[in-house]
Amino acid sequence: MAERKLRILVGKPGLDGHDRGAKVVARAFRDAGLEVIYTGLHQTPEQIVSAAIQEDVDCIGLSILSGAHNTLLPRVCDLLKEKKADDITVFCGGVIPEDDIPGLKLAGLKEVFTPGTSTEDIVAWVKANVGC
Amino acid sequence: MALAERIMAGEIRAAARLMRDVDDGFSSALEELKILYPYTGNAWIIGITGPPGAGKSTLTDQITAAFRAQGKRVGIVAIDPTSPFTGGAILGDRIRMNRHADDEGVFIRSLATRGALGGISRSTGDVVNIMDAMGMDIVIIETVGVGQDEIDIVRMAHTTVVVMVPGLGDDIQAIKAGILEIADVFVVNKADRDGADRTARELSMMLDMGKRKDGEWLPKVMKTEAARGVGIDDLVAEFDLHKTWLLDTGVINRFLAEKNSTVFADMLKERLFAEVHGRLVQSGELGTIVEGMGTRAVDPYSAVEKVLSGISLVEQPQSR
Repeated sequence: MAERKLRILVGKPGLDGHDRGAKVVARAFRDAGLEVIYTGLHQTPEQIVSAAIQEDVDCIGLSILSGAHNTLLPRVCDLLKEKKADDITVFCGGVIPEDDIPGLKLAGLKEVFTPGTSTEDIVAWVKANVGC
Repeated sequence: MALAERIMAGEIRAAARLMRDVDDGFSSALEELKILYPYTGNAWIIGITGPPGAGKSTLTDQITAAFRAQGKRVGIVAIDPTSPFTGGAILGDRIRMNRHADDEGVFIRSLATRGALGGISRSTGDVVNIMDAMGMDIVIIETVGVGQDEIDIVRMAHTTVVVMVPGLGDDIQAIKAGILEIADVFVVNKADRDGADRTARELSMMLDMGKRKDGEWLPKVMKTEAARGVGIDDLVAEFDLHKTWLLDTGVINRFLAEKNSTVFADMLKERLFAEVHGRLVQSGELGTIVEGMGTRAVDPYSAVEKVLSGISLVEQPQSR
């Protein structure tokens, strides 16, 4: 019987221009056998959600270093709900203060990875928590 | 409600899911595709191919913008390679097309090759059909970066564009067989770079060398700078000329007959193989054959003949 191939969108919402982390994580997912739709820098939440729906991904991984996480990330979750696509798991990684994590999780982020997390841990989390 | 009906009702998620079912080889997808097939055949399909880094994605983005300005709906199938080692893929063509992400008149789907070698994935034709049934006026297929002979695109697209860039080789490259024979339009992209004129000239010379019958389509060599949008209007106008030529001369009928014949043959090959091979695996005959080949008791030529004539190797051991 045919098997589902995991598909993940990796992108960077907002205006920060540092995509090294996103690329490293995208590469780790590739090496773990996932199909990674890499949308790159400077994405609006609208663009991210629309791309995720067209690509029928299982999850969205957002990298954010700008400090705008409390604005942009909940917006992604809200838009997914609006489009009845909140079955798509959203997680993020980046420079995010501990104090902000509970709020983000309340807003719909399934997990928040902070600096120092290994790519193995992120891949393992996705494999354990995202399925179809 | 079946996915096909939801797609006809304009539901984006249903279309996206069916594309995935197709790509993942779900047998349920066949039923949906059967329903959609009568509604296909309306989109004009443009194939964009060329070496990696030639600017195919950026060109696709610009062409899409030009068609959107004409009010046409555009579907894009963008293909990138699958790792032969891990099965994973980075699908990065969208990066160049993000400005169309929240335009409802554009649907972009990234596909991984998943082991197919002809420049497109096995699912490409079906995904194009889904976009066609969704009502896209134009479907652009962007192949993986290709070398010299990955030319499956030519059977799939009404208009095939081969994108070249300056500095990839001399005029001997231009007379070799393969990818350069399939273009309806040549694009020399990054035309601001040194050597662009020379590349364009060499392609033109290659085209002039060939003998052409009266009324045959003569591919043009166009220069573009996709990143700045230079030359795009002329290119899109050339697509229109090619389309008009195909329709006016009736060559379209020959193209479609060949395409349909290829589509059918490919599907038959795939299904027949899966069916027969699957039965051999299940009955254990495959093991017997492979083992027999190891000791040279069975040769693969006779084994295949026996399978095809419906004689089981297990029941009737070879007597030769």
